[in-house]
Amino acid sequence: MTDKFKFAMYWAGSCGGCEIAVLETKDKILELDANYDVVFWPVAADFKYKDVRAYDDGFIDVCLFNGCIRNSENEEIAHLLRQKSKVLVAFGACATMGGIPGLINETTAAELKELVYTKNPSIDNPEGIYPQEKLEVPEGELELPHLYDTVRTLDQTVAVDYYVPGCPPEAHQIAAVLDVVTAALKGEGELPPKGAVVGVAPKTCCDECKRVKEEKKISGFRRMWEFFPDPEKCLLEQGVVCMGPATRAGCGARCTNVGMPCRGCYGPPEGVVDQGAKMLSTLASIVDAPTPEEIAEITATLPDPVGTFYRFGLASSLLRRAKV
Amino acid sequence: MSDQFEPRLIGFLCRWCSYNGADLAGTSRMKYPPNLVPIKTNCSGRVDPTHIFKAFAEGADGVLIAGCHPGDCHYINGNYRTAGRFPLMKKMLEQLGLEPGRIRLEWVSAAEGDKFARVVTEFTEEVRALGPLGWNTRTPEEQAHAGQASSDRVEEAVPA
Repeated sequence: MTDKFKFAMYWAGSCGGCEIAVLETKDKILELDANYDVVFWPVAADFKYKDVRAYDDGFIDVCLFNGCIRNSENEEIAHLLRQKSKVLVAFGACATMGGIPGLINETTAAELKELVYTKNPSIDNPEGIYPQEKLEVPEGELELPHLYDTVRTLDQTVAVDYYVPGCPPEAHQIAAVLDVVTAALKGEGELPPKGAVVGVAPKTCCDECKRVKEEKKISGFRRMWEFFPDPEKCLLEQGVVCMGPATRAGCGARCTNVGMPCRGCYGPPEGVVDQGAKMLSTLASIVDAPTPEEIAEITATLPDPVGTFYRFGLASSLLRRAKV
Repeated sequence: MSDQFEPRLIGFLCRWCSYNGADLAGTSRMKYPPNLVPIKTNCSGRVDPTHIFKAFAEGADGVLIAGCHPGDCHYINGNYRTAGRFPLMKKMLEQLGLEPGRIRLEWVSAAEGDKFARVVTEFTEEVRALGPLGWNTRTPEEQAHAGQASSDRVEEAVPA
């Protein structure tokens, strides 16, 4: 092992897209290699948990942690990596806000298992066989991590130094974050204050979106498959539920610039506590109808407001999960 | 002291109509249950869904929004905005498992002290019948994560 800085990256409850996003930094990855030794990165290098446990506390200089805390394994490794890392970064929408897996907070693990293993129309499971957490085999006991009812964000589990939102974070933002941390480690710069959201812009996604915005008044909602949206005009003004007004800037409005509405993966902008609450306000105020009853009729056509407004942020929202 | 459940209710009252209606109920010495904590807002239209979600997240059993009657808004149309927002907000809360009776929108003018007293009485009894909500209490699973406040960001020393 060399005297380079130590880099780790871990995936907890996530899809693996964040890892791909790191590769998306292209030749920057060579700089990563020039400055850092990879000491743990399950997707890219063959290190085991026992290797990490053997490191001294604070051995890892920077750890990018992506994924939410979905099960007992995620939680255990979150605590382990916190202990072994000088700088722990909540990386991507799942680690910062719970992400798509956080939508499970609308229900429970038991209901999820029932749906997946029995109720799903394509499932044939007459004996009601469910996965077990423990199984005795001749070689010993096999164990699976315990699936939690409630998805938690990384910072609801351990202390987090920095946040990099996005599903996945944009490559140029990742590069910027690595540059800042590397410069600080080399003593050539200062680390941002703890708790900072790095690699974002202070305004909202609308600010970066190139579409023409006029007066926002809509008489109904439309989905992308129902019509050909005007390529120049604001999608929200065309009746498409676009999360832009309630979402932090930093991605360069990539989705809206290619004709897809913003889904809100960068989370709420600065100063906003609850992304879904703000989006609900936004939408209800731009519906153009003469009476509250008619506004109610129009907003009632939104089939799944929680899943739409909290697509990535249910676990970090004020209410965090459904009452069960 | 009886063992009866006393709901904790939060009331967002607009300062031009409903808050004065509440004042009138008080100065007229009308009797109504003491369960509602009134919060004066400039307009019912100012009541952001964030405020309501926060009230529930921090342990309110029910939330009342009260504003001027349609057509009487001091800011012309603030109460229309409230009314337009309310059904969608209610739908979201119901999706998250809230009973519809725990959230209520009422128009109470400055002259309707009696209506204010009646609304609070009805609402208190309705929520009392529903029982405690306890969105701020931890689930058994969360209790198992010892020593961690479920909704708080964890603050612990970060290794230097």
